[in-house]
Amino acid sequence: MASIIDVRHVNKAFGGLKVINDCSIQVEKGSITGLIGPNGAGKSTLFNIIAGALPLDSGQILLDGENITNRPANELFHKGLLRTFQIAHEFSHMTALENLMMVPPHQAGESLFDAWLRPGSVARQEAEVRRRALEVIDFIGLYHVRNELAGHLSGGQKKLLELGRTMMTDARVVLLDEIAAGVNRTLLGDLVSNIERLNRELGYTFLVIEHDMDMIARLCDPVIVLAQGSVMVEGTIEEIRNDPQVIEAYFGSNAA
Amino acid sequence: MNELVFFINNVLIAGSVSGSIYAIGAVGVTLVFSIMRFAHFAHADMMTFGAFMVLLLTLAFPGVGGVVGLPTPVVMLPLAIALTALLAVGIDRAFYKPLRAHGVKPIVLVIGSLGVTLMLQGLIRLFAGTGAQNLYLAGERKEIYRIALPIEGVRAPIVITEPQIILFVLTVTAVVGLHLFLNRSRLGKAMRAMSDNPDLARASGINTNTIVAVTWVIAGGLAAIAGTLLSLDVTFKPDLSFFLLLPIFAAAIVGGVGHPYGAIAGGFVVGFAETLAVFNWSVLLRPFRDSLPEWLAQAGNLAFVGTEYKIVVPFFILVAILVWRPTGIFKGKVI
Repeated sequence: MASIIDVRHVNKAFGGLKVINDCSIQVEKGSITGLIGPNGAGKSTLFNIIAGALPLDSGQILLDGENITNRPANELFHKGLLRTFQIAHEFSHMTALENLMMVPPHQAGESLFDAWLRPGSVARQEAEVRRRALEVIDFIGLYHVRNELAGHLSGGQKKLLELGRTMMTDARVVLLDEIAAGVNRTLLGDLVSNIERLNRELGYTFLVIEHDMDMIARLCDPVIVLAQGSVMVEGTIEEIRNDPQVIEAYFGSNAA
Repeated sequence: MNELVFFINNVLIAGSVSGSIYAIGAVGVTLVFSIMRFAHFAHADMMTFGAFMVLLLTLAFPGVGGVVGLPTPVVMLPLAIALTALLAVGIDRAFYKPLRAHGVKPIVLVIGSLGVTLMLQGLIRLFAGTGAQNLYLAGERKEIYRIALPIEGVRAPIVITEPQIILFVLTVTAVVGLHLFLNRSRLGKAMRAMSDNPDLARASGINTNTIVAVTWVIAGGLAAIAGTLLSLDVTFKPDLSFFLLLPIFAAAIVGGVGHPYGAIAGGFVVGFAETLAVFNWSVLLRPFRDSLPEWLAQAGNLAFVGTEYKIVVPFFILVAILVWRPTGIFKGKVI
C-alpha cells in the first residue's frame, strides 16, 4: 500500500534540546496507525510538525507524494490533513453546532465580495453546511447539546466535538492527539466505534497518539514506538508488547 | 426652557460627538486586541493620518465638493478611508508581522506600536506642519444649523453643525455594519473564531493572515472616519492623537477589552462623562433660584472640573472601572 504521510529525516530542537532526531515514519493509506512512546519521546512535537503548527529544522514531509514541509495549518486543512488537540480546543463562545459550522472549506461566504455579490448562493451554502453539521452532531451523539455554548460542554463532549469537526469536510488523514484522555468509558466506546466507522466507511486514515493501551490494541495496526525523538520499533501491537527494547524504554532496564 | 436648550447643546450634542468619535476609535483598538492580543498605541495616529489624507486630497482637488454639493473633505473621506486602511495593513506587514513571526511577547508589539506612533506623527508634521489647520478651505464653510424650538419663550436654538450630523450618520452606519459583519458574514464569524482560539481557527482551515489583514482594514477605515470628522468639527492638528489616545483606551477598557459592543458603549460613557463633568450645572439651577439656599443660588460655576482638566475625566473613569469592574461593564461577552 502507498503511504499517505511520509516523514523523512525530520529534526527539531528547542534551544539545545533535540526533541526530534532524524525521525522517519510512514503512515499507510487507509490505516489506523498508532504512535506511542514514553513521555518526552517527541510524539506531540512530531504531531505538531506534521500538522503545520511547528516549523521543522530539517527534513521533509510528504502528503500523498506532495511536499507539505512547513506549510501552515490552514493550508493543510484544505488539503485534507486535519488534527485534533491533546487538550480539547473549542470556540467557547459559540454553540456546539456553530463550532462545527465554522469548519467547511471552500465556501462562497469565505470571500468578502461573494458575501455581497452573491447572497443567494451564500444562503444556500449556509443551509447545506447547517444540514451537514446537524448530521454530524447526531452521529457523534451530541445532538441534545447542540445549542449549548461549547465552552460549557464536558471534557469528553469536547473531545467528541473535536472528532465531529474532522467529519465536516472530506478529510484524507486525521491526526488524533490523545483523543481518549479524560473521556469516560461510555463515551470512549462511542469514540472508538466512531473512529472505526470513519475509517471503514469513509476511508479516513488515522494517525493516533494515545496512552491508553487498550484503545491502541483495539484500534491500531501498525503501531510505531517513538523514543528520544526517533522510531524505536514498528509493528503489530503483539510484536510491540513483546519487544524487549520497548519494555526497557517504558519500564526501565531493571523491569525485565 | 432656554436652560434646557443650553443643556442639549452642551451635553447631549457635545457628548454624542465625542462619544461617537471615541466609540469608533475604541472599536478599532478592541478589534485589534481581540485578534492580535496587543494594545495598539498607534491607533490614534491612524486617526490623525486619516484626517491628514483628507487634508492632502482636499488641497489636491479643491473644487470637487462644489460639483457634488457636499463639502470637499467629506467627498474625499472614502478615499482617505481606503488609504488609511492600506496604511494600517502596510504598518502591520512592515513592523508587527515580523515581530509576530518571531513569537515575541505582546509587550514588544505594544512598544513597537509606540515607535509607529512617533513615526506617524513625525511624518504628518513633516508634510502638514506643526500648527492647526482647517479642513474647510477658503470658499467652503462649515454649515451650521440652528433649530428653533416651537415653544413659547424659548429664544436659544439647538445648534448642530454639518460634520456633526455626518458623524452621527456614519457612527450608526458603522455600528450596524459591524454588527452584521461579525454575526452574519463568514469572514466575521471567522474573526470571532480567531479571537476565541487562534490555534483551532488555523486547524479549522481559517487563514489567519487574511483575518489579520481584514482586521487592520476595518480598524484603519474606522480610524480615518473618526479622525476626519473630529478634525472637521474642530481643527486638524498633527498631535490630535495625544488627546484621543487616553479616552479611546479608557472606552475600550470600560467596555471590556475585546468586546466591540462594549467599546461602543464605553465610547459614549467616556464622551458623556467628559461633557457632564465640565458642564456648568448652575445654569440648570437658574430657574429654581428663588427656592434654593443662598450659597447654591449664588454659585457662578458649578462644573465638577474645569474645562482645562477635561482630560483627567477618562483617566478617572479608567481607574474607577479597573477597581470596580476590571473586566469592563460587559463582562463575559466576547465578539
